[in-house]
Amino acid sequence: MAKQPIITVKNLVKNYGDFKAVQDISFEVYEGEIFGLLGPNGAGKTTTLEIIETLRDKTSGHITVDGFDIEKDADSIKKRIGVQLQAAGYYPNLNLSELIALFSGLYGIDKTPMEMLEKVALTDKAKAKYKELSGGQKQRFSIATTLINDPRIIFLDEPTTGLDPQARRNLWDLIREIRDNGTTVVITTHYMDEAEILCDRVAFIDGGKIIDIDTPDNFIDKLVATGFERQKQVKLANLEDVFINLTGKEWREG
Amino acid sequence: MKKYSNFKATLAIAKASFRSITRSPSSVVFTLLFPLIFILVFGFIGGSTVSVDIGVAKNSDIHNQLFDSLKKISIINFIQDQSTADMNANLSKGHIDAIMDIEKHDTAPYYTVNVQYTKASQEKGNILQSLLRTMFYKMDIATRPSNAPPPVAELKETTVSGREYKTIDFILPGQLGFSLLSTGVFGTAFVFLSLRMTLVIKRFFATPVKKYSIVVGEAMARITFALIGAAFILLIGRFAFGFTLIHGFVTFINMMILSFIGVVIFMGFGFTVSGIAKNESSVPPIANLITLPQFLLSGTFFTISAFPTWLQPICKVLPLTFLNDAMRRVAFEGASLWDVNHQLFYLLLWGIGIYAVAVKMFKWE
Repeated sequence: MAKQPIITVKNLVKNYGDFKAVQDISFEVYEGEIFGLLGPNGAGKTTTLEIIETLRDKTSGHITVDGFDIEKDADSIKKRIGVQLQAAGYYPNLNLSELIALFSGLYGIDKTPMEMLEKVALTDKAKAKYKELSGGQKQRFSIATTLINDPRIIFLDEPTTGLDPQARRNLWDLIREIRDNGTTVVITTHYMDEAEILCDRVAFIDGGKIIDIDTPDNFIDKLVATGFERQKQVKLANLEDVFINLTGKEWREG
Repeated sequence: MKKYSNFKATLAIAKASFRSITRSPSSVVFTLLFPLIFILVFGFIGGSTVSVDIGVAKNSDIHNQLFDSLKKISIINFIQDQSTADMNANLSKGHIDAIMDIEKHDTAPYYTVNVQYTKASQEKGNILQSLLRTMFYKMDIATRPSNAPPPVAELKETTVSGREYKTIDFILPGQLGFSLLSTGVFGTAFVFLSLRMTLVIKRFFATPVKKYSIVVGEAMARITFALIGAAFILLIGRFAFGFTLIHGFVTFINMMILSFIGVVIFMGFGFTVSGIAKNESSVPPIANLITLPQFLLSGTFFTISAFPTWLQPICKVLPLTFLNDAMRRVAFEGASLWDVNHQLFYLLLWGIGIYAVAVKMFKWE
């Protein structure tokens, strides 16, 4: 597959007063991949994401998204991306159908609520309020709102935080499905097992700088090549496998 | 790609916001329920005007012309079903205002009326006193022999015909103003603060929507809701309590226009409060700081002239005062909108002032 960059970040800097949140980072996201931004809290992941999403001003640097400059063409970019914010709420007192209708209006797109809810298997919750949903359902609904405008790229900021293993796996399937339908996915996460399974490539960020970018496999191989060994012998299964094995793969609504 | 429509986006927000408002208990309570409760309470209180309760002594003669004439006076309420002991006890407590005992004679003076007043109800005693005097005077004149000298003084009474200014005519515009004030200030402040706090607005910004679409959409929804509330209050007032809309439909429309002006200005306060407030729990104190003084001082319940003179200048410059004033003049006196241009001018000044502050204070994030 020819690797065509869809997002190009060059020398991005973001300062909040004296605090240097993002220090001169550069990377590319290729079309059709799941790209992971990994790093501890406060590393600058969300800031970087929000600058690319045109929600935050940058201090300096150059970014293009799907061929558009974030400085000159923010509106064109907004039409081509879908954004899921960490901990964002939804308009109060509305049910899921009405929220989808609202977002369709905001994007200027005629989509029926049902066709969107179907994509994330929430049609039976069409009349429910957002706050009545379980954690996994909330995340899937958020993803539904990012897909309304048939975006070229979607951004997911810690979508699986706080979910149980079943809901997490369910969400991975959904994210893979979106990628397989041709949408590029940029995701942040704290879970390395998740990044390892889900992401085609990952970038490690710490202290506002990118430390390295590669595929999960290559990173692991490189580390092993240095002679690194886990202290505990790796077994063929881990505790999460046990959890799933004991409680079933079936995803819970609770 | 289809051309993006800001109009569609604005409408989508207006629709969502309107749905949300109608499902929010607090906005329904403040816009409709509170004003209606006040109107109901004052509507019923207002129905009973002054009434002088007079106990009729057990041995009083009640089959005579004097008693019948007194009975016809609307404010006199004779009580005949209490024992003498009860009557005396109630008189001293002021529960009844006087006890009357009429003796009829065959020769002049034809009537002796013993009236016992009470210190517990002096005001009503005075009313009764002057009623009785007027009545005696008239009977006196009527029974004068034709050869008697002319009376020293002559009483000529006329009543100009006018509209009855009912309690509801005063209370309703005040309550309507209060409804507009609370929905404008509280509703707007809460919605923008919570949209900001829950990052709903931030999520909106990730769509192609323009900032003005968000503000205009929200405003459209709130104004629509406030005006539906206003129409509801006016119609209930008109048909259930006889509120005076002097020129009928035209007055109704003028009242709606005033309501529109009012809510737009009050929303300016709401925008300002949403910018000042740090979180949801700091909205009520700040919003109350704006609404409560106006609620009390703007002639919502009693006329401003009832306040001490040092307070009146403050009362007179509050925006709700101008709105209440304009509404009362339009509804009762039949003033046109041009006739209340003085009030409208000051409302306009308030509007310009508050929106200048709102633009400075308002926060998106």
